[in-house]
Amino acid sequence: MANGHVPSEELAGTPGAIEVPPPPAALETTAGYDFLRGIWRENPVLVQLLGLCPALAVTNTVRNSLAMGLATFFVLLGSSTLVSLFKGVIPKEVRIASFILIIATFVTITDMVLAAVVPDTHKALGAFIALIVVNCMILGRQEAFASKRPVGRAVLDAIGVGVGFLVAMLMIGSIRELLGYGSLFRETPLEVEVLGPNFEPWIIMILPPGGFLTLGFILLAFGWWRGRKPSATPRVRRWPHGVADRRAA
Amino acid sequence: MHDPSGHQHPSSGLGGRSEVPAWRLVSTLAAAGGMAGLAIVFVFQWAQPRIEAHRAAALRVAIQEVLGAPETSSTIWVHDGALTAELPAGADSTELDRVYLGWNAEGEPLGYAIAGELPGYQDFIRLLFGYDAQAGLVIGMKVLEHKETPGLGDKIEKDTVWLAEFDGAVPPLVGVTANRATGDEHEVDMISGATISSRTVINIINERLEVLRPLLDAFEPPPAPAPPVAAPVEGEAEESDTTEVAPEDGDAGAETTDTANAGQGGD
Repeated sequence: MANGHVPSEELAGTPGAIEVPPPPAALETTAGYDFLRGIWRENPVLVQLLGLCPALAVTNTVRNSLAMGLATFFVLLGSSTLVSLFKGVIPKEVRIASFILIIATFVTITDMVLAAVVPDTHKALGAFIALIVVNCMILGRQEAFASKRPVGRAVLDAIGVGVGFLVAMLMIGSIRELLGYGSLFRETPLEVEVLGPNFEPWIIMILPPGGFLTLGFILLAFGWWRGRKPSATPRVRRWPHGVADRRAA
Repeated sequence: MHDPSGHQHPSSGLGGRSEVPAWRLVSTLAAAGGMAGLAIVFVFQWAQPRIEAHRAAALRVAIQEVLGAPETSSTIWVHDGALTAELPAGADSTELDRVYLGWNAEGEPLGYAIAGELPGYQDFIRLLFGYDAQAGLVIGMKVLEHKETPGLGDKIEKDTVWLAEFDGAVPPLVGVTANRATGDEHEVDMISGATISSRTVINIINERLEVLRPLLDAFEPPPAPAPPVAAPVEGEAEESDTTEVAPEDGDAGAETTDTANAGQGGD
């Protein structure tokens, strides 16, 4: 890990970090940063725009979003842990094949467990559970992070990214369900009618276009929030290597 | 592999080696595949009985639905080219074809629920349809399993207009596009954008009836079994409990099930 930091010349040329003073010697990412990065600053859906297929397809209710988010979380955590554990024995020529094999195993297990425990949800998610295999967010974390870091960090990173994905799914899912059905947590014991019987549901929100609309508006709000005052956002300067890290990935 | 952060030299592998012999590549993948297979087998053994139990419960609910909530229902086996309510002793029921007969509260037969499957657009479509043998009418259809395209093919399960087409259609069914309909009693309006899925559903019903119709016509429905107070056999009533092991594939409602019990599975 000693050679894991970004050379300072690299940063000087990075557009987003022009006025950054030379980074301290220990620019190695901290454990807390590895964990938090995936949740907010590099949220897989809202910033990196990865994993959009399930984020658009199955987020029409909170229940489906939650199930999909948890399934993806489990697969990501399991895969990152195993990849990091076995990084010493996987030759680089077959690393992608090995990663996919590990991911696919966890997806198959998740698929069967969901079918056995929550059959209705499993049916509602349909083919999208199996499609977690090709979620580039998961493979991306293996290639860019888990295969190069110790197990502890890989686990932290997987939890962070998994939670970030779950948060994004729940954001989209709750907005779509609220406007599309007027309720929250429908088809679960927690179901609440939020908007009352006089609310005319926006059917489009539970159809595929509603996913695009909701994600578009969330990205707009998120982008505006992140970019409103670049120089006054301390996070950019505190973690300048995040930019370089993403380019490396 | 260019890595600007300088983690590794371009020639090194994940573990920092270079020039890995071919047998290592193959054995790595083979070992990983073997472990993956083993893990999946273990989970499968745990999950499969539960999945079967859920499927059995879903089938019971579907029987209730397509037959219009019968008071009682029972399995009729296809044995030696004829239908029979009582299998001869020693006959293995797992491989036998079957239909489900439902009776109303007065003990009159309502019709038969018949399951069938054929490949659809992506995977097998499994469905259950009701058939009134006396009137010669299809009396309802419910898709049990499918993996059709979300938004197009999956309308075969959800589209209420399409599902209503099957209530009272006269077999053999003929699928027509909506604007070509002539009002013929054999016609079923197909879903636009889901032609293959719609046609598969119609083909399943036609194929099953082609085989079973002569048998059903020759079969005299037995009287309704006694009220389910004494009916449950070998603890079958507990079948919907997920911790119980379902008896065999698709054997839901194999024994007499009462309405209340079958209804529980749908919650």
